[in-house]
Amino acid sequence: MIKTTRLHKINAEKIVKMGLCATALLSVAVLFIVVGYVFFNGIGIINLDFLLESPYRFEHGGIFPQIIGTLCLIAVCLLFAVPLGVASAIYLAEYAPDNVVTRSVRFFVECLAGIPSIVIGLFGLIFLVYYLGFGISMLSGGLSLGFMILPWTVRASEEAIKTVPRSYREASLALGASKWQTIRSVVLKSAYPGIITGILLGMGKAIGETAVILLTAGSGLESFLPRSILDPVGSLPVYIYMMATQGHTSAAYSRTFGASLVLITVFLMISVFALFLRNRYVRRMSGSRG
Amino acid sequence: MGALEHVRGLKFKLKFGRMELTKEKIIEKLLFISVVSSSLIVFFIIAFMLKESIPALALGWDFFFGMTWWPSHDQFGIFPIVVSTFIVGIGALAIAACIGIPAAIYLAEFSPGWLRNIIKPCVEMLVGIPSIVLGFFGLMVLVVFIRDSFGGYGECVLAGWIILAIMTLPHVISISEDSIRAVPKAYKEASLALGATQLQSIRRVILPNARSGILASMVLGMGNAVGETMAVLMVIGNPNIPWIPSSVLDPVRVLTSTIVIEISYVAWGSMHQHALFALGVVLFVIVAILNVITTAVIRRGVSR
Repeated sequence: MIKTTRLHKINAEKIVKMGLCATALLSVAVLFIVVGYVFFNGIGIINLDFLLESPYRFEHGGIFPQIIGTLCLIAVCLLFAVPLGVASAIYLAEYAPDNVVTRSVRFFVECLAGIPSIVIGLFGLIFLVYYLGFGISMLSGGLSLGFMILPWTVRASEEAIKTVPRSYREASLALGASKWQTIRSVVLKSAYPGIITGILLGMGKAIGETAVILLTAGSGLESFLPRSILDPVGSLPVYIYMMATQGHTSAAYSRTFGASLVLITVFLMISVFALFLRNRYVRRMSGSRG
Repeated sequence: MGALEHVRGLKFKLKFGRMELTKEKIIEKLLFISVVSSSLIVFFIIAFMLKESIPALALGWDFFFGMTWWPSHDQFGIFPIVVSTFIVGIGALAIAACIGIPAAIYLAEFSPGWLRNIIKPCVEMLVGIPSIVLGFFGLMVLVVFIRDSFGGYGECVLAGWIILAIMTLPHVISISEDSIRAVPKAYKEASLALGATQLQSIRRVILPNARSGILASMVLGMGNAVGETMAVLMVIGNPNIPWIPSSVLDPVRVLTSTIVIEISYVAWGSMHQHALFALGVVLFVIVAILNVITTAVIRRGVSR
C-alpha cells in the first residue's frame, strides 16, 4: 500500500516536472518559430539588388536608404547618449555624495527608464521637431532614441564601474595619481568591457524601436539618402511598419520579410556579441578576484 | 644657490599642483552637469507633455469618463480606450504568467546546467526581438490563423493577448527565476529533510517565499504590456470608434495605438492634438503607478 502511493507520488513528480520543462521549452520555441518564420520567408528576396537599391512604391526596389538611415540614426543616438550616460555614471559611481541631490538625480534617471517609448516619441515631436525647430529629421530621431537608451547606458556603466575592485583604485591613488587620473586610466580601463556591453544592449534596443522614429525621423519609404543631419531619413522599422500596414500585396509582404530579416540579423549579431563580451568580462572579473 | 633652486622648484610644484587641482574640480563640475542634465530630460518631458495636454485634461469628467472618442465630432472620451488597454494588458499577463512562472520554477529548481545555459540566452534574446517584427509576424501568422479557425476579422483582442504575452514572457521568467533562486537553500533543505517531496517543498516553502518577487515581475510585465506600441498596434484591428470589446474576437483600440494612428493626420493646435498628448500623459501616469507598485513590492520583499 505504502509502496504504491510512493510510486504514485514519484510518477506525479515526474509528470509535473515534464510539464514545467515543457513551458520552459515553449518559451524558447517561440523565439525559434518567429526567427525561423521570418528567415524562411525573407531569405528569398535578399540579394545584392535588394540591399543596394532604393524603394520605389510598395512593390519595387530595395532598402538601401533605410539601412543607411537606421545606421545614421543609431550613430546620432550613440553620440548623444554614450558621452552623457558614461559621464553621469562616473559621477554617480565615483563622486556623488550620498545626499538628497544624488538620490533625486538617480530617481529621475530611473524614471526616464520607465517612460513608454511612445511618450518619448511624442516629446521628441513637440520639443525637438516643433519647439526647437529641427523638423522631422535625423537629428530629432537620433536624439529621441538617445533619450530612450540614456538610462540603460547610465545603469550599465555605473554597474560596470562599481564592479572594479576597490584595491585597484587604492593602488593607483597610493602611487600618487589624482582622482581623475585614477578614474581615467585605472577604473575606466578595467570597466570598459562592461560599459561596451551596456552600450551594445542599448543599441539593440534602439535599432528595433519604431514608435519613436515614426513620430520624429521620417515616413520610412524615403528613396533618397539624407544629405544633412536635418533631412528626414527612412529606417528599417518604419519601412516594415509602412509596408506591413499599407502594402497589401505579396510583393510588398515579401519585401517586408526581407527587411525584417535584415533587422533581426543585425539585432542578433549585436546581442550575441554583447552576451559574448559580457560572459568573457564576468569570467575575467571573477578570475581577478579569486 | 642650491637652496634657491630648491625653493623655486617647490613653488613650481605647488603651482602645478594647484593647476591639477583646478582641473580635477572642473572635471568634477562637468560630470555633475552631465548627470543633472540627464535627469532634467525627465522634467522637460513631463513639462512639455503637460503643457500640450492641459486643454484636453481640462475637459475633466467628459475626457476621463466620456464613452465616445470621435475626434471629427469633437468628442474626446477616453474611457473605452483605457478599459481596452487594461483588458489587453491583463489578458496578456495572465497568459505570460501561466507559461512564465512554471518555466521559471523549472529553470531555478530542476533544469540541468547545460539546458539552462541554452534557455537563458534564448529568453534574453526574446526580450529584444524588435517589436515591429513581432507585430508583423503576428499579422501574417496569428491573425490569419485566428480568422481561419475562429472567424471574425482576425485582428482582435486574442491576437493582442498572445503577441503581448510573448513580449512580457521574458521579463516574467527572468525576474521570477531570480526571486526563486533568492530563497535561502536552507529552507528547502529543511523541508526536504522533513520528508516533503521536491514538489511539495516548492509549493509550500519556495513559492510563498518568492511571492513578492514573482508579484513584482507581474506588475512590471503589466507596465511593459500597457506601454508597448508597435506589436500590439498591428494585430488588434483598431476600429475607427473605440469601444469596450464584448468578446475576445472583437477588434479593439488601446492608448498607444490610438496615439500612433491619429498623430499622423491630426490638425496641429486643435483639441484633437491636445487630446492625443493627454492620452500620452494618461499612459505615462498608468505606467508610472505600476512601476511604483513594483518598487514597493520588491522593497517589501527585501525587507522581509
